[in-house]
Amino acid sequence: MKMVTAIVKPFKLDEVREALSGIGVQGITVTEVKGFGRQKGHTELYRGAEYVVDFLPKVKIEAAVDDSLVDRVLEAIEASARTGKIGDGKIFVTTLEQVVRIRTGETGKDAL
Amino acid sequence: MTNMKKLLSILALSLAALSLGTSALAQTPAASAPAAEASAPAATAAVTSTAAAVAAPAADASAAPAPVPNKGDISWMLVSTLLVIMMAVPGLALFYGGLVRSKNILSVLMQVFVTFSLITVLWVVYGYSLAFTEGNAFVGGLDRMFLNGVFDPATGTFAMAATFSKGVVIPEILFVAFQATFAALTCSLIVGAFAERMKFSAVLMFMVLWFTFSYAPIAHMVWFWMGPDAYTSKELVDGLNAKAGLIWQWGALDFAGGTVVHINAAVAGLVGAYMIGKRVGYGKESMAPHSLPLTMVGAALLWVGWFGFNAGSALEAGNSAALAFMNTFSATAAAVLAWCAAEALMRGKASMLGAASGAVAGLVAITPAAGNVGIVGALVIGAVAGVACLWGVSALKKMLGADDSLDVFGVHGVGGIVGALLTGVFNNQALGGPGLVTDWVTATVGSNGIGAQVWIQAKAVLLTVVWSGVVSLIAFKLVDLTIGLRVSEEDEREGLDIASHGETAYNK
Repeated sequence: MKMVTAIVKPFKLDEVREALSGIGVQGITVTEVKGFGRQKGHTELYRGAEYVVDFLPKVKIEAAVDDSLVDRVLEAIEASARTGKIGDGKIFVTTLEQVVRIRTGETGKDAL
Repeated sequence: MTNMKKLLSILALSLAALSLGTSALAQTPAASAPAAEASAPAATAAVTSTAAAVAAPAADASAAPAPVPNKGDISWMLVSTLLVIMMAVPGLALFYGGLVRSKNILSVLMQVFVTFSLITVLWVVYGYSLAFTEGNAFVGGLDRMFLNGVFDPATGTFAMAATFSKGVVIPEILFVAFQATFAALTCSLIVGAFAERMKFSAVLMFMVLWFTFSYAPIAHMVWFWMGPDAYTSKELVDGLNAKAGLIWQWGALDFAGGTVVHINAAVAGLVGAYMIGKRVGYGKESMAPHSLPLTMVGAALLWVGWFGFNAGSALEAGNSAALAFMNTFSATAAAVLAWCAAEALMRGKASMLGAASGAVAGLVAITPAAGNVGIVGALVIGAVAGVACLWGVSALKKMLGADDSLDVFGVHGVGGIVGALLTGVFNNQALGGPGLVTDWVTATVGSNGIGAQVWIQAKAVLLTVVWSGVVSLIAFKLVDLTIGLRVSEEDEREGLDIASHGETAYNK
């Protein structure tokens, strides 16, 4: 089992969700986050005061998936979240040791 | 420490400039002083001791029959009073509220709301009397405490207050209400300068002191006079003039409060910003406005309400009110365009906050000029104010080095001074202005030389700056020594909403 964590542009969230449900991902968790990468921030000006905004808003998507699904999940996210411009985000894949469905007590692959 | 020095040197400098000015022009009041003494008793007999109140219940029997107020005038003044209340309680509070961080919005709303209420009460108790009854050239007396004599319950009669036209009066109690809104709004304006860090109790204590020793005297100096009906013959003129406020005697034009309201409040704010010190994290952390839509709503309410402020200051529903109305409209629009254009040229983008600030800048600048200038004059005043106030909130603010949180001085101080001086220019009939009354006995209208009038305006500005500066300095010091000006750093970090008021604006 793998945990796929993707940081994407906020307006791409719906497309990513559709793509993921399209390939059979059962559930995802979404968090609004801020961060910086290669994309530069911007400057905001309020009367005389200038503020450099370094952290840009992004959306973090987490999906726990079976090993067999990982490659298709990566492809789906890549295809749906890409604009080709700097700031499209990143995908991280980590190994998942255990999963438990709280309601039934199922564990491992059955709980995904 | 350096800030304090800078502040003191600014005050000292203006004081020096002012004393120079007064001594140069000292002849005028001095020459008329003996005559004033002579005719004073006669004037007292003919005129009651109230503000501009002429036809008080106990009017002299020899006087012409007491003028009856016109229902149109009363209606307009009631509406104007309401409009000014709308400027302050929703308008100014929201304008300021949107500009602070979300953890401080309730504290700013509260400071405006409660200051407005506090001053309204003080106005009824003694403020009106200090500002608008006969006293000396600096401050009035206490005859009208608790509005004594404004309404006589025994006979059911209402005292009348003069307007700017002979034989036209409004109930004095309405004049009291209208002017109450000015006093309360002026004090509320100061809140913006020390927003996000001052103790609530300290704000209120400062307001009581400043209102008593700066607002009431300046209002008396600029606006108190014996009213047009008192000027019945040439012999009375000097005596009547001598009873008016000092700045009125100089002949300064201030239609709706450029000096009394805006410069007065702005200087208090600037002094406060110096004395309280900068907000924790100022210049390092982002202190961006948390809700510009609220600020826009506030600015819009201010613009609409300002018609009551300016056109209402005509005190009757007539030509002067209509002129003030149009000028308030067009100068503001010109200022919005000017601020936005300057911003776009200098920074590449015109901002919503710029448009809203431009509107307020234009409104401030046209305040002393509203019924005192012509159509083109208003447009020029608005445009100049738009650019000048943008400079006020950027370059000048850096120069002054004070954390005037919401730019009270940059907008109200700079705009007020621009407006006060340009009123002296564009009042002139040669420049399309209506001119001023040169002889109240015959109500003759004429024009002073532009230079002479601008100099009078400048003196009025300087006196206001110095007076308010000194009073504010002492008042803030007193508050600091008794209850302390600032909240603790921990409270400031947490936000005044929770720390001072125990509530949060936005609950998730």
